[in-house]
Amino acid sequence: MTTASQAPGARDLSDLVRADRVHTSLYTDPAIFDEEMDRIFNNCWVWVAHASEVKEPGDFKSTYVGRQPVVVVRDRKQKIHVLLNRCRHRAATVCEEKKGRTNSFVCPYHGWSYGLDGSLRGVPHPESYGQCLDKGEFPLKSLRVEEYAGMVFATFKQDQEPLADWLGPAKKWMDLFMKQGGGFPIKVAGEHRFRFPGNWKIQLENTTDGYHFPVIHKSFLSTVDKQTEQMLDFVNGPGFVEDLGNGHSVMVMIPDLIDLEANLDAPIPARFEELAEELRADYPEDQVRRIVRAVGGSGFNLNLFPNIACSMAFFRVLRPVSVDETEIHHAVITMDGGPAAGNRARLRLHEHFQGPLGFGTPDDSEAWERVQKGAHAGTDLWILLNRGLPGERVTPDGRVSDVSAETGMRAAYQQWKKLMCATTAVPSSAAVPSVTTA
Amino acid sequence: MNTQLLAEVSAFLWREADLLDHCDYDNWLAQWREDGLYIVPIDPDATDFADRLNYAHDDHAMRVKRVARLVGGDSVSTQPVSRTVRSLSRFHILADDGQTVTVRAAQFLREFRKETLRDYTADVTYTLARDGSGEGGFKLIAKIVRLINSTDALHCIGYIL
Ligand code: FES
Ligand SMILES: [Fe+2]
Repeated sequence: MTTASQAPGARDLSDLVRADRVHTSLYTDPAIFDEEMDRIFNNCWVWVAHASEVKEPGDFKSTYVGRQPVVVVRDRKQKIHVLLNRCRHRAATVCEEKKGRTNSFVCPYHGWSYGLDGSLRGVPHPESYGQCLDKGEFPLKSLRVEEYAGMVFATFKQDQEPLADWLGPAKKWMDLFMKQGGGFPIKVAGEHRFRFPGNWKIQLENTTDGYHFPVIHKSFLSTVDKQTEQMLDFVNGPGFVEDLGNGHSVMVMIPDLIDLEANLDAPIPARFEELAEELRADYPEDQVRRIVRAVGGSGFNLNLFPNIACSMAFFRVLRPVSVDETEIHHAVITMDGGPAAGNRARLRLHEHFQGPLGFGTPDDSEAWERVQKGAHAGTDLWILLNRGLPGERVTPDGRVSDVSAETGMRAAYQQWKKLMCATTAVPSSAAVPSVTTA
Repeated sequence: MNTQLLAEVSAFLWREADLLDHCDYDNWLAQWREDGLYIVPIDPDATDFADRLNYAHDDHAMRVKRVARLVGGDSVSTQPVSRTVRSLSRFHILADDGQTVTVRAAQFLREFRKETLRDYTADVTYTLARDGSGEGGFKLIAKIVRLINSTDALHCIGYIL
């Protein structure tokens, strides 16, 4: 009775994650959730934006790192900053818009104004402060920012290992994923946002869950053409799931679509013939083939711990709201400067499956909601993650098993355990009182 | 004000609302002209939809698939089905060129499914073709449902708005 609400410190968290299962309390215990926000989200590289979302100087986007509101903004020197969305005077948010372009951030309460790099520029009626306010001491608090393949990550931890090291073998999969620009830079062109009443890790698991696809998405599969249906019938196929270290993993559903620039001579699928014909008016055949092949997206889902996935044709972003509430964004990807017809095809494909009115997402969401509800029964029981364990083998990048194996989930939970059970003190900038400028 | 036109238009649209609330999708599909578009935008200010992301951008083929999914029994998010009651009011005829009529209305929809009652409020713009063959003399050629909270994170919607 009491175990579900005990503070994490009061028991051994490491015992809640085993090689083949995790304890149900990982979905339901609010104290564990609080600890996760500190030890994982305030303590890892967390994805905040794709560079195309803040393309020009002054472009900004507001989002969250864990539970903390931040603003992602590009300054005039092209540097991307991630700033806590909190005025240094008395804490009001300085930005309430989801995205836009600006010259500065002006707090609406007493008018303190900040530059695009977060520096405090102006304070109305400064006389009353005499000599007791040094503006240099009170910029918007900055996170450390690094970028790989156009994906922008931030961390509170100034001594965090470089992003490239953290991503490790995942980097080559990110490079492959970006090929769906079809020769153009990729661009985030909007997103579907929805929430489900369930723990964030239920979504984290789902990105490399091939097992669920033919079951929960049966109604979606009945709305696609035969060729696509066969392509998506991958559970007994040659695909695989690979643990890439640091909690990252990849699930390859359609090996033929790992590299979108390979096999360009293969016949164009029937569903894209009309598009190909339209493109032929403006592009040579080799480019038509490259674009058409890219339009349908990659044949894999890459899960980057803890909050972002490159999922076939879109970015899947998760935001933990509370122990039993998670917000998901499915950001659509288009070809920046690419053919309108190709981009329309991508937009319509996204709408077909994703979002609150899509033919796929609502069924996922319903299943996740049921997981959370069911997790309140049998609070001493475990979540099984042993699928594909017997066939798992070691690779240079990590471990690999069949396409419907739970290898990716096991990878994520081992990373969870490592971070949650680390004995070194958590240098959570959020928890440390500080007036330094960082 | 052309109250005769207003009466004809509202009768047609109230019928549409009633068909959706009672899951009479065959008759709902028959209210459409083949080239009509059912659109639920995200961007409240958008007036062109083809080149941007929407929640739904359904042509005839997609409407038929959407209906099939709702009644097919394979989609766990529509089992049990949501019960909905919607009311339409505040009809405003925006344009009438003799061939087509554009009308804007307020839609208040309440949905109940499993243990939760939800509200969806929308500004809906319809474009109707005068068509002697359609019930009530019209066919739908566009229905744009602008949810007032379209830019927020929504819960999943397992029915037609
Ligand atoms: S809280 Fe921002 S200026 Fe006072
Ligand atoms: Fe799914």
